[in-house]
Amino acid sequence: MATKLTVPISEDEIRKLHIGDQVLLSGVIFTGRDAAHKYMIDNFIKGTCPDSEKQMYELLKQALAGGVIYHCGPVVRKRDDGKYEFVAAGPTTSIREEPYTADVIEHFQVRGVIGKGGMRDKTLNACKQHGAVYLHAIGGAATLIAESVKEVEDVHKLDFGVPEAFWQIRVEDFPCVVTMDSHGASLHDKVLKESEEKYQELLKA
Amino acid sequence: MQDITPHLVELVKSTSTDLSPDVEQALADACRAEAPNSAAAGALQTILENVKMSRETGRPICQDTGTPIFYFWIPEGLSQRKLIEQTKEALRIATKEAYLRPNAVAALSGKNSGDNTGTDFPTIHFHEWDQDYIRVGLVLKGGGSENCGCQYSIPSTEFAASRDIKGVRKAILDAAFKAQGFGCAPGILGVGIGGDRATSTIKAKEQLFRPLTDTNPDPELDKLEKQLHQEINGMGIGPMGFGGKTTVLGVKMAELHRLPASFFVSIAYMCWADRRKFMTIRNGNVEIAPPK
Repeated sequence: MATKLTVPISEDEIRKLHIGDQVLLSGVIFTGRDAAHKYMIDNFIKGTCPDSEKQMYELLKQALAGGVIYHCGPVVRKRDDGKYEFVAAGPTTSIREEPYTADVIEHFQVRGVIGKGGMRDKTLNACKQHGAVYLHAIGGAATLIAESVKEVEDVHKLDFGVPEAFWQIRVEDFPCVVTMDSHGASLHDKVLKESEEKYQELLKA
Repeated sequence: MQDITPHLVELVKSTSTDLSPDVEQALADACRAEAPNSAAAGALQTILENVKMSRETGRPICQDTGTPIFYFWIPEGLSQRKLIEQTKEALRIATKEAYLRPNAVAALSGKNSGDNTGTDFPTIHFHEWDQDYIRVGLVLKGGGSENCGCQYSIPSTEFAASRDIKGVRKAILDAAFKAQGFGCAPGILGVGIGGDRATSTIKAKEQLFRPLTDTNPDPELDKLEKQLHQEINGMGIGPMGFGGKTTVLGVKMAELHRLPASFFVSIAYMCWADRRKFMTIRNGNVEIAPPK
C-alpha cells in the first residue's frame, strides 16, 4: 500500500521510508530545474543574497523547510480568469541537478526531490545526512500527474521561461516511488548491479 | 490534388492521445505479472490509468510528444511536395490545438520554432506503391527513449560480439542493459541488422510499426525476437527501472544487405508510450487504425 505524505514533511516520516515504497504526496510543492537550482546556489547558498532577492529568499526558506522540489518543465495554460493550469506535467531527467541538489537539501532542509532517472552519490549522501528522499515519478504519465495538480497557486521567476520557472503548485495524491532513501540505499544502484550480473551470465550463454 | 490536411490532423490527434490496443494489452498483462503492491505493479497501474485518462480527455499521453515520423505510401503521380506542405500545416494546427508540444528547436541556438516544423522536421518517408489509395503511418517518438537508442559496429571486443546472429544478440542485450529504465521502460526495441549507418537506423524505427503480437516472416529472426524478449525481461530492470518482470514489451528486427566491410546493428528504443497509427484514404473514406 502507498504511504500518504503531506507537506511539510517531518524527518521522522522520511526516516520511515525505504527504497521501493510507494508514496502519494499532497500539499504545496515547487517545480525547479536547471535555472532555478543555479539561481538558489548563486544567490542564497554560495553568494550573499542581494536586496532584490530577499523576498524570494524568505518565501523559499519557508516553503522548502520540510518541502519538496519537483524536476518538471510543465506545459501550462493561462485561463481566461488569469490563473494558470497545468496541462501536462511529467517529470524531467534529474541527473542534471546532481551538482546542486545536496547543497539545496542542506540549506533549505528540503525533505523530498521528485524527478526521473535517479541521482548519484552526492545527493544520496545528503539524503542520508539530512533526512531526505528521492521520489521517482512515473515517466510519461503526464495527464495523470497534471490531474493531481489541483491548483497552480503562484509562479516565481517566470523570466526564466515557462519550463524553468518556480511553479508553486498544490498537489493531491501525486504518485511516486522512493528510489533513494535516507538510509543510504538507492534502488537505481541495486537494479543496475543485479541486472549486470544477469547480463554477464547471458553474454556467456 | 485532394487536400488531406484535416485528415492528417486527426491522425496526429489519434496517435498522441489514444494508445493502440496491442500496447495497452501488453501493459495490462505486464501489470498482472508483477507482484501485487510492488513498485513495478504501481508504476504500471499509473501508466494504464494515464492511458485511459488521455483517451477520455483527448489529452497527450505524454508531454513529450516527440519527433513526428511520417511514412507515406502513395499511388503514382501524387505530388510529394504538396504532401509535405500539407503535413507541415497539419502539425501547425495540431500544435495550436495542444495535441503536440512545440518540440522543434534549432540545433545550436535552441530556439523553438513553436509549431513542430523546421529544417528536416518532421521526418517524412515516401514510398510509391501500385495501389490506388494513400496510406500514412505516424510514429511520435519521445526524446528520452530516443536518447537510449544506439548503433553497434560488430565485431566488438567489448562484449565479444562476432559478425553473425550470436553477435547481433549480444549487441541487443548490451543496448537493453545500458538503457536500464531511462527510456521509460517497459519499452519496445526496433532493430535494423546490416545496411549503412543511416538505412540501418531507418529500418530499426520501421519495426516499431509492427503489431506486438505478430510473427517475423524470417523464422530465424522470429526465434531470436522471442528469445531476446524473454532474456531481457530476465535481467529484472523492470518498469521505470524499479526492478520487475517486464523491461521490454517486445523486440522486433529486420535484416538489410550491407557492405562486406560493415556490419551494423542499430537499435531504436521506444518508450512504453508507443504511439503509432495508420491512416488510409480511399475513395473519400478515411480510416485511422492501429497496426494490424
